Amino acid sequence: MSNAFIAFQKNDESRCIVEAILDDNPGAMVDDQPSMVKIDVPHRLVIKRETVEEKMGRSFDLQELQLHLITISGHLDETDDEFTLSWNA
Amino acid sequence: MDMKVAKKLGLKERYSLMTRDLAWDTTFQKMADVFPQTTYEGIKIHDWDKWEDPFRLTMDAYWKYQSEKERKLYAILDGFNQNNGHLSVTDARYINVLKLFLGSTPPLELMAARGFSMMGRQMNGAGPRVACQMQAVDEYRHFQTQIHSISNYNKYYNGMDEFAHQQSRMWYLSDGKSFFDDAITAGPFEFMVAIGFAFEYVLTNILFVPFISGAAYNGDMAAMTVGFSAQSDEARHMTLGLECIKFMLEQDPDNLPIVQRWIDKWTWRGTRKLASVGMMMDYMLPKRIMSFKEAWEMYVEDNGGALFKDLARYGITIPKCFAQTVEEKEHVSHQSWIGFYMKPGATPFHTWIPTPDEMDWLSEKYPNTFDRYYRPVLEYLDAQEKAGNRYNNKTQPMNCQVCVSTMKFNEPGDSMEMCFRESVYRGEKFHTCSDHCKEIFDNEPEKYVQTFISSHQALQGNCEPDGVDVDAPDYRPGARMLDYWRLDERATGDFNGSDDQKNFAVWREQATKN
Repeated sequence: MSNAFIAFQKNDESRCIVEAILDDNPGAMVDDQPSMVKIDVPHRLVIKRETVEEKMGRSFDLQELQLHLITISGHLDETDDEFTLSWNA
Repeated sequence: MDMKVAKKLGLKERYSLMTRDLAWDTTFQKMADVFPQTTYEGIKIHDWDKWEDPFRLTMDAYWKYQSEKERKLYAILDGFNQNNGHLSVTDARYINVLKLFLGSTPPLELMAARGFSMMGRQMNGAGPRVACQMQAVDEYRHFQTQIHSISNYNKYYNGMDEFAHQQSRMWYLSDGKSFFDDAITAGPFEFMVAIGFAFEYVLTNILFVPFISGAAYNGDMAAMTVGFSAQSDEARHMTLGLECIKFMLEQDPDNLPIVQRWIDKWTWRGTRKLASVGMMMDYMLPKRIMSFKEAWEMYVEDNGGALFKDLARYGITIPKCFAQTVEEKEHVSHQSWIGFYMKPGATPFHTWIPTPDEMDWLSEKYPNTFDRYYRPVLEYLDAQEKAGNRYNNKTQPMNCQVCVSTMKFNEPGDSMEMCFRESVYRGEKFHTCSDHCKEIFDNEPEKYVQTFISSHQALQGNCEPDGVDVDAPDYRPGARMLDYWRLDERATGDFNGSDDQKNFAVWREQATKN
């Protein structure tokens, strides 16, 4: 099964986003690299707005991910509440 | 008084109102006349509305987030420049990787901006038109921010100021230029596969992710912020490329063989372009984070492999070149570096022999190839240099007619034999570097016979600075190449003994003492 992944620049906001991903995606693997962090999840990776908001202590628009994103892998689907990356095979 | 607050629109509603709902079908003119480019490649599209940007990004949100990215980027650049950041990089050799990166990439970004401006006009559907327009603006942004980040280094180091002139003339810049020229002169769908898939998915993932992470590791905040800021747009670009491929495959089964041929072709072209990025990672970053081979495995074999497995449901097969790229990942970075090392008088950046520690790192990362093939060559060249006989090849290289890389790659399965292929078209011979480039040539020879290869043209008297009489009896072709390139001689030669090496040492000393 292929991994979906996402990578962020390391900063305070992405730290909360990564924590949210780890809570919502059992099996997530964190790869810490200089100034960036990459998270792999087998098959499907989801970022939930509510969890990110809880971690940040403020309201969060998933489109703000654009500011910290470095790269992604998988088919993307974005709604107001969830940002999902997945592979069909 | 109670105010009735309208409920905020959801992302999906907002996206459809702000893109498709603002578009219309033309009636005074036939749609086929307004969008004449999207049929001649043979791709059949039945319903353009099936193409949606999965980011569902609308122009208003786009400007909002892009301006925030710019503010962050320039704040970091200003801080870096104000604090003499260039003196905090690991060592002065590092600057040379910037000369190569920033000297070759901005003109390609500009070409991408032109290409996506064309796509933003030519695509029939509003979804792809909007996404392509955003990408065109992104590419323009990358082009400008890269030049802004060069400008500070350019105050201190040699060889960075003529990149625009050199783009169309310099032998080693031709591979990137030909990649984009090939893409932009193809039809719109092939352009989308070339740039959206091969360039964004295969290439930028390595150039702007592990390489830029390496730049950060070497203390270069300017390259880091420019690189990551660009790559945050590339996530959107990859998605656009992937959507385009899925869209073509879902619209009509007849599209499959055309798309497959493009995937085969552009995966290979992307691979060839990556050879020099491999050398940047393995040889030019004084402090390394991962080898090119490891990056290749992570971003091309695993990530590309995931994509091809996924696309198998449409009948797509793994690109023909894939097995060869897996074999070559152990070789290309070494072959590229040695190739550049051997031409110290022909690049506006310096080369050098890796230190013993660095060679040990390479042995560890490349257990199958480095000690066997490349360490002996580097040690021999090192001994020659120390004996006052620094290698300097002053001849013009021979380049592949398709990828325009210099001929330096080995035969598949035989690392000791250089690979050449030959095709004959209208009685003239053309050389390519590999079976895959030969196949690309043979499929469209009338396109590739036009490739401008400066190192070949020079020998025909076509690359002279102004005022040279090519008919004069004492005319020697290629003798004035440095003038033709506008090459700053201070930027050439070995790193040892260079201005950059001396200046950096003096400035760093000054920065820590009164």
